[in-house]
Amino acid sequence: MMPWFLASSLLLSIVGLYVAFFVAPTDFQQGESYRIIFIHVPAAWMSMFIYLVMAGWAGAGLVFNTRLSGMMARALAPTGAMFTFLALWTGALWGKPTWGTWWVWDARLTSELILLFLYIGFLSLTAAIEDERRADRAGAVLALVGVVNIPIIYFSVVWWNTLHQGASVSLKSAPKMATTMLIGMLLMALAFWMYSIAAALLRVRSIIREREPRAAAEV
Amino acid sequence: MKPRHKRFIAIAAALLALGGAVALVLNAFQSNLVFFFSPSQIASKEAPVGRSFRLGGLVQNGSVARDKDGVTVRFAVTDTAHTIQVVYRGILPDLFSEGKGVVTQGKLEPDGVFRAEQVLAKHDENYMPPEAAAALEKAHGGKKQ
Repeated sequence: MMPWFLASSLLLSIVGLYVAFFVAPTDFQQGESYRIIFIHVPAAWMSMFIYLVMAGWAGAGLVFNTRLSGMMARALAPTGAMFTFLALWTGALWGKPTWGTWWVWDARLTSELILLFLYIGFLSLTAAIEDERRADRAGAVLALVGVVNIPIIYFSVVWWNTLHQGASVSLKSAPKMATTMLIGMLLMALAFWMYSIAAALLRVRSIIREREPRAAAEV
Repeated sequence: MKPRHKRFIAIAAALLALGGAVALVLNAFQSNLVFFFSPSQIASKEAPVGRSFRLGGLVQNGSVARDKDGVTVRFAVTDTAHTIQVVYRGILPDLFSEGKGVVTQGKLEPDGVFRAEQVLAKHDENYMPPEAAAALEKAHGGKKQ
């Protein structure tokens, strides 16, 4: 199944990037620099969503004591960390020409940085413990504790005054952007989804092979 | 109760307790988490005195003026209820313009003028092509201040 996700991710990102660069119109106040949104927003969405899924697997692992849950959580973490880094990095590149600064310590930016540290903490904690099962459990506790950060990131622009603007796309209101822009962004988000699934499947397969050579032989 | 039910309840309770604790902490730090103060908050003396803080709002239409030296800019930041005069020496971001959002860091002088050290442009969450923006502007024509 993995190659299918990878292929559709590639296809979707090609179409998405085409829409982003050639179809979507220029923005009325930011000009061309707004186009970084097509990477920035989907990456930020994924960074939060992957964390939720990872914490979900971690919680399931603690409750049901299944072996696969811990492996899934550890397979998702590097991808989530990558998207978090991407969101922060593209955000900095975007902030410089529009806001006039690379970085400010506002609530949205700071909580997203904390998310990156949570991912890195999870990765190093699970890597530091020799016994895989204990590593899974320790990582799961960290992942679950970190979940409180996700609503903070998401609602930070609503709860506090921030330099970061509010959400352009949300479930509650009509999107505050032109339709072609929205299509490009959703295509990119879908491409990132497919990539994340493919990467997680690939990684969990290698983890299974490493930990349980006999079971893996049958897969 | 099966052990896994017990574990589930324990984890759910721990998460709820943690969430509650974080909510309380954030509530307690509410005032410290504010990135900027609005002109109205300054008017009601909520902003710190003698300390550097950020002021946010809209650049008042027709208020931007440059001094003769070419680098000192004067403008007014408003939230439509109150207005604060700002003096700034330096380069303004590209998106800085009248009627648009701005966040500026500096100190409030005793004479009520805000001496800015840094000026950042704050843009909103609306994205649209210039033609659409022009059409909107036309439709709202009479209402804009």
